[in-house]
Amino acid sequence: MVNVSDSKSYKVVGTDPIRHDGYDKVTGRAIYGADVKLPGLIWGSVLRSPHAHAVIKSIDTSSAEKMDGVFAVMTAKDFPSKDNKFGDIGEGTENLKWAQDNILASDKIQYKGQAVAAVAARDRNTADEAASKIKVVYEVLESVTNVEDATKKDAPILFKDLNGNHLGKKVKNTNVAEITRNGIGDPDKAFKEAENIVERTFTLQMVHQGYIEPHNATAHWDEEGRIRIWTSTQGAFDVRGAVTEILEMDVSRVKVTPLEIGGGFGGKIPIYLEPIASILSKKSGFRPVKLVMERTNIFQASGPAPGGTISVKMGTDKNGKIIAGESVIKLEAGGYPGAAIGAAVQCVFAPYDIPNARIDGYDVVVNKPRSFAYRAPGSPQAAFAAETVADELAKIHGMDPIEFRLLNAAKEGTRRADGVIFPKVGNIEVLEAAKASDHWKAPLGTPPKGRVRGRGLASGYWFNIGMKSTVNLQVNSDGTVALIEGSTDIGGTRTSISMQAAEILGIGVENFRPVVGDTETAGYADVTGGSRTTYATGYAAVKAAENLITVLKDRCAILWSIDEKDVDFNDGTFFATKDPELKISFKELAKKIEDTGGPAASSGSVDLESGGGAFGTHIVDVDVDLETGKTDVARYTAIQDAGTAIYPAYVKGQIAGGAVQGIGWALNEEYYMSDDGSMANTSYLDYRIPTSLDLPTIETIIVEVPNPGHPFGVRGVGEVPICPPIAAIGNALHDAVGKRFYDAPMKPGRILNVLGKIEK
Amino acid sequence: MATNEKIHIKTTINGNPEEFLADPHVSLLDALREIVGLTGSKEGCLDGNCGACTVSVNGRIVDSCLVLAAEVDGQNVDTVEGMASADGLHPLQQAFLEEAALQCGICTPGFLVSAKGLLDNEPDPSEERIRHWLAGNLCRCTGYNNIIKAVQKAAKNL
Repeated sequence: MVNVSDSKSYKVVGTDPIRHDGYDKVTGRAIYGADVKLPGLIWGSVLRSPHAHAVIKSIDTSSAEKMDGVFAVMTAKDFPSKDNKFGDIGEGTENLKWAQDNILASDKIQYKGQAVAAVAARDRNTADEAASKIKVVYEVLESVTNVEDATKKDAPILFKDLNGNHLGKKVKNTNVAEITRNGIGDPDKAFKEAENIVERTFTLQMVHQGYIEPHNATAHWDEEGRIRIWTSTQGAFDVRGAVTEILEMDVSRVKVTPLEIGGGFGGKIPIYLEPIASILSKKSGFRPVKLVMERTNIFQASGPAPGGTISVKMGTDKNGKIIAGESVIKLEAGGYPGAAIGAAVQCVFAPYDIPNARIDGYDVVVNKPRSFAYRAPGSPQAAFAAETVADELAKIHGMDPIEFRLLNAAKEGTRRADGVIFPKVGNIEVLEAAKASDHWKAPLGTPPKGRVRGRGLASGYWFNIGMKSTVNLQVNSDGTVALIEGSTDIGGTRTSISMQAAEILGIGVENFRPVVGDTETAGYADVTGGSRTTYATGYAAVKAAENLITVLKDRCAILWSIDEKDVDFNDGTFFATKDPELKISFKELAKKIEDTGGPAASSGSVDLESGGGAFGTHIVDVDVDLETGKTDVARYTAIQDAGTAIYPAYVKGQIAGGAVQGIGWALNEEYYMSDDGSMANTSYLDYRIPTSLDLPTIETIIVEVPNPGHPFGVRGVGEVPICPPIAAIGNALHDAVGKRFYDAPMKPGRILNVLGKIEK
Repeated sequence: MATNEKIHIKTTINGNPEEFLADPHVSLLDALREIVGLTGSKEGCLDGNCGACTVSVNGRIVDSCLVLAAEVDGQNVDTVEGMASADGLHPLQQAFLEEAALQCGICTPGFLVSAKGLLDNEPDPSEERIRHWLAGNLCRCTGYNNIIKAVQKAAKNL
């Protein structure tokens, strides 16, 4: 591990304990969303549109209603009308009709697989059969599925009533929901002065998070008018908020219990099934209803990452210093506005100190599923473009790609084109660690026969977020501590949060009993997203632990009959400042809790404006088969600033996992669209994510440049590692075959095409 | 209709005799989860491509979403719930914990059952052999690093 600044010698932080939920997860005991069992449980099924773009003319549910074993049938008419209503359902204010239509369409279909009606029946099979009997009459419209076609003059228009906001100008009859512009300095003048300019346009396709666990929801609407929901979500409080917005009821009427979650990567922030299960439950005579989404529909109708086109132009002076940058980022939002252009704009030039830049963002609606967050939304796409152009410029200047990046590196005080001035960041430290890595220094070696090998490198950035979290602590009389928090644990955060409280309390983390509570037992927490959980909920745990020490000092004062001002605490021991004989460990004090005032508990809350942004640099060696165009990853090293790595085994796990998702994105993952607007590869057989056989061991190097905005220096880890891989692999391919790749994925056919071996 | 009559299935699951009735179309995965009550085997894709539902039938690794419950009448089925014993965790389970071989954990039962199927027959597989054997189990969180390490560690400890 690279220690950049002096870190105190921690006893718990930086160790690798067995995670608290580990035993349940290796024995099959852990209860995930779909594992919920309730007395009288029935199943739901959703009917979906076979067309990508259509008007719903009529829905006839009578055949389904008459079927034996069917309890309820519903359409969007069962929801309160959402015409011209706006609200916040977790990711900012938005048009509630769009939000609701994305759950169950009321009048128009925007993408194939969009939900139209739903059924509840005695079992899953009966529900599926009943749903298939619902008759929907559609008026099929011409569909448009990519940014280029959607922005043409005669393109089919998805929204007749959409007011496009084009740099502040109101525009009708457009698929471009928004055009934004950010800038700094005078890029036009700077480009005129530039010695070298590289300008390229890149295309990327829509990709899916690919979490292995399907979306699911079980809901019970009871006779009192209260709804209980059990689901797999990245944020139980956000599900509560979204369901109550859709159903138009007070938040206290809905209780959401988050079960164990089988992956999310951003995709389990939005809701799909919860309001449907709720209405079906009510209409079924208050029976609990379970829904599980099939894999085909997860691909077709949940929220993937947008594809699009991105152009990047960069100009350098004679010394290789970047003096001008320009980028136009057009991302496909899917069927409703809201592509991640804001984040892409923030990230595209983030690794560089560019004094003159202009970045335009286009939010374009197309007939594809509504895009939502996927791990650093917008940043991997932007990095593919900017990091390829940076690599070309480094080559033009005859510079080593790391030296080129070091010369131009953004650092503390650098102003980004979107206005933000970087606080302390670890960009330079990460590049130095990459330069010093075994991989970068190692010779390329010899590829297997028939293949050529190349090495590439790229950087990436994610800002990370803060937001609200709460942690409650309660001391047990055996010296253990119950920790209750509301942040969904997708991969070890129960432990990384507990470790921070344990460090403060001076006890081992094995003494913690962390629980992810429901919306009625846990204090409020925003989503597990934006790499915020170990950072923000961990921060809340530190505050709760400090508050607990204050409570326990009072107990010592009672125990020793002294003033509480004369009690102090250090390294797990309470002691009297005026009497060296009086001291007691946390564990011993816990045993006496009942006699010194009863239960001891504390709470800690945070509302953090921002997270600690972080950089990563990845190095990759690829072997390209010149006959088939297949690319294998021969060696891969991911270097990243974690701030402080609280739980290093899981920090490395996040870095390796993110890199592998990026490798899939680079080499073969894509929504392969047919002419009729349907996705052709809706199974894991055809939408192929990397398997164990496709990969070498992903080497990871943690750099620690502590975040001054966190008590232990945590930055947030999960998202940065998916940003560099697409460009790193593209740059390695160039090194291997001497050609540049401007379109992802860089699949065998595309490689052979670029090599001139096959036609497009 | 006669085809809708439930089938009587008599089987052995994790060494215990089990008898249950199931509709003819019910998969082994659904029978385990919904009828027998063993929810350790997970639904991921229902088309045999993710491996989250992997169980062992007479020592052979199968995707239980592609097997009919009726097919295991008279057979031995082993699931993740049968791996630990009165002595504690199976060495594979222990190694998965120690090597941080799981993040979200949804694929973990399938990986454990698959890996056990390998180590039961090949006590000392190479890394490449492990990667090949486990290619039918998808993990989207870990990048596989620690899963491979855990299987290698368990092989040493078995």
